Amino acid sequence: MGRVMLGVLALLAAGGIIVALASLAYGKQAARQSFDRLLLGAAQDIAESIKITDGAPIVDLPVSAFSLLSLAVDDRISYAVRDAKGALLTGYQEAPTPTTPPQGPQSIVLFDAALQGEDARFVTKAQRFAERDYAGIVYVTVGQTLRARNALAFELTKTALIGMSIAGLVLIASAYFVIRSAMRPLEDIATDLSTRDPYDLTPMSTKAPSEVAVIVTAMNQFMRRLDRQVGAMRNLISDTAHQLRTPVAAIRAHAENASDETSPAQQQQSLEKLLKRTRSLGGLLDQMLSRALVIHRTDNAPPERVDLRDIALHVIETKDHDVLSPDITVELVIGDDPVCVLADEISLREAAKNMLNNALRHGQSPVRIGVTQVDASAQLWVADAGDGPPIEVQRRIGANFERFAASKGNSAGLGLSIVSAVAEAFQGRFYMDCVDDTFRVTIDLPVIGADHD
Amino acid sequence: MTRFGIHLLSLAVVAGLSLTEVAAQEAIVGIPPESLNSRNMTIRSTTDIDILLPILEVFVATNPTISLRYEQWGSNALYANSLAACSGDATSADVVFSSGVHQMIDLVNRACASPYLSAETAALPPSRRWRDELWGITKEPAVIIYNTELVPEADAPRTRFQLLDLMRRPNAMYQGKIATYDIEASGLGYLFAFMDSLEATTFGALLEGFARTGAVATCCSSEIIKGVAKGEYLIAYNVLGSYAGGVSSDEIGIIQPEDYTLFLSRSFMVPKGAARKTEARLLLDFLLSAQGQYLLRAEGLVSDGINSPLSESARRPIPIEPTLLVASDQHRRSLFIDLWRSAFARTANSE
Repeated sequence: MGRVMLGVLALLAAGGIIVALASLAYGKQAARQSFDRLLLGAAQDIAESIKITDGAPIVDLPVSAFSLLSLAVDDRISYAVRDAKGALLTGYQEAPTPTTPPQGPQSIVLFDAALQGEDARFVTKAQRFAERDYAGIVYVTVGQTLRARNALAFELTKTALIGMSIAGLVLIASAYFVIRSAMRPLEDIATDLSTRDPYDLTPMSTKAPSEVAVIVTAMNQFMRRLDRQVGAMRNLISDTAHQLRTPVAAIRAHAENASDETSPAQQQQSLEKLLKRTRSLGGLLDQMLSRALVIHRTDNAPPERVDLRDIALHVIETKDHDVLSPDITVELVIGDDPVCVLADEISLREAAKNMLNNALRHGQSPVRIGVTQVDASAQLWVADAGDGPPIEVQRRIGANFERFAASKGNSAGLGLSIVSAVAEAFQGRFYMDCVDDTFRVTIDLPVIGADHD
Repeated sequence: MTRFGIHLLSLAVVAGLSLTEVAAQEAIVGIPPESLNSRNMTIRSTTDIDILLPILEVFVATNPTISLRYEQWGSNALYANSLAACSGDATSADVVFSSGVHQMIDLVNRACASPYLSAETAALPPSRRWRDELWGITKEPAVIIYNTELVPEADAPRTRFQLLDLMRRPNAMYQGKIATYDIEASGLGYLFAFMDSLEATTFGALLEGFARTGAVATCCSSEIIKGVAKGEYLIAYNVLGSYAGGVSSDEIGIIQPEDYTLFLSRSFMVPKGAARKTEARLLLDFLLSAQGQYLLRAEGLVSDGINSPLSESARRPIPIEPTLLVASDQHRRSLFIDLWRSAFARTANSE
């Protein structure tokens, strides 16, 4: 607030200085013009009073000319009437002559010169005579010191400055109030934020001028994201704790069994069980991390154009299925045209990998992974020849797969929850159905035009 | 004249003064008298010393550290001397106090004065000060005086029109008996005549009347007043009222013309070359103070509206302003003097 007010004051001050200089120049100019006219009037008056008498110009100096000059009350006056050769006819010998002779239709020249050491302004007017007994030019020079001019210039400037100062004060006052009313929402926001509970990430009121509302909206968006991430992290931590408890307890039990067994065969059996459990735990951890990754990326990585066929190809090419289930055939079903969506490639890969692994683990050969486009929806699907999970499991889609998964001690539910999260993150759907005697899991995302490529 | 110990100067008395300067001075007096030749403040003035002396004595009595050297000059000579002092060709006075207001205006216009501002000077009306360098101290009317024994009361001219009628009378009673200033010799006379020529059309008629009656143009207030008192002249026109008041009023009638009366404000200047500016300004403040004005009024130098038969519009003060520069203009002056001379030349021819 202080800085904004300072800025406005600086702006006003700069404007004020410019206007002050302008009004000073204006005052000087106005005073100069009006008093130049006075001088000119006096010179013309004197010039007209010149008569040719007995072949010589005689000046019957008019009082009116000096009354005119006396309007500049305190200024000293100098005047001289000279003939064409510069010889003084009457007036002050000291009156200066212009460097350039009078020109123009009015035959006048205005010039600055000193009058007994004081700055003064002069005018010289040429008066032509063509009489029988006298022909030629007579120069009338009239000058005056600058007191009245400067006083008028000062007066004009002062008047302008007084008006300007009043306007300036009004501007400062209104600027103060405008800035205060504009800044109050910011103060309110600051107070709101500082008095907030550290875990309170609910949106703030957007009742503010549009300029400030932008900030509030952005902050609210930011807080919503923060809230979601914090929530996801909280879920992840509690889920992880929950999911790890059973397998770790089982491993410990198997390990204790193995150490307690005396017969080598029994011991071997226990060790195998232990190994199986450990592998299963490894898979679980893998998927939990992959889910964490997906949640992180969907919140943070900006979506970009992705061809779903690339995702399917990538999953096939990594050949994970050969290692996991070498006896199951995996087919790829894709067309020639790209099927593009706006999503995050890595998240989609994780989703596809999970769908495939699920099918490999629980479905029956042959397993097919494919991409199809139906109108405006792009579908990435995995199908197998089995019947799919029991119907009550399918119904629990959208609920906590992970709880279910954990209770079963495997990672199928967790995998599907990743798929579901990815579909949601990119405005898509995730569903399971049976098509042509096959069980199919599908991610359905909105298509974006492939034409732009 | 020697009542206050005035020392008439001879060439021998003051060494180092130039010939013209000495010749131009009419009288010199020291206040107090014994201080004349010591270093003191110099006043050059056109005012008769008899009139100003009591006031200056009060000033010296109030400021005992100051002593004065008062020089009385003719107005034209004083103007010439001040001009010379201004250009450094003569020693400058500390105060110049002259009735030739147009000459004083010219001096100020030539930057020969030094400025001063005090409560007293600021209280003066604008028409009695210029540039804070020239101040009008007095208010003295230009009057018509007549000899009370020789001029019948019915003839005494209350206005210029009555004076004109008087001069147009066929009888020879006033022939050669009307006097006025010689405007060539007297700066004050020139100023009065010049202002008359600006104020009203009666001026032309007056000149014609002067010509008809063979009027006498002569020098100096005191001579004219004495002439009227003695019956040498019957009527004198444009005499300074303050001087006329000094003579016994039994012999002389004083008239402030009712069509209009010019009022002169004797002007005070501190030359830029003055050595004792502080003392000079002290004197200025003293003259403008209530006490100074009271003393001046007592001497007849300040004539305000009180007990005056004149209407406000008939009081025409000569303003202290640069329009008076016109009066000093060479061409204008020579035209004016030509006009004047032609009138008085006819006077000479007719005699």
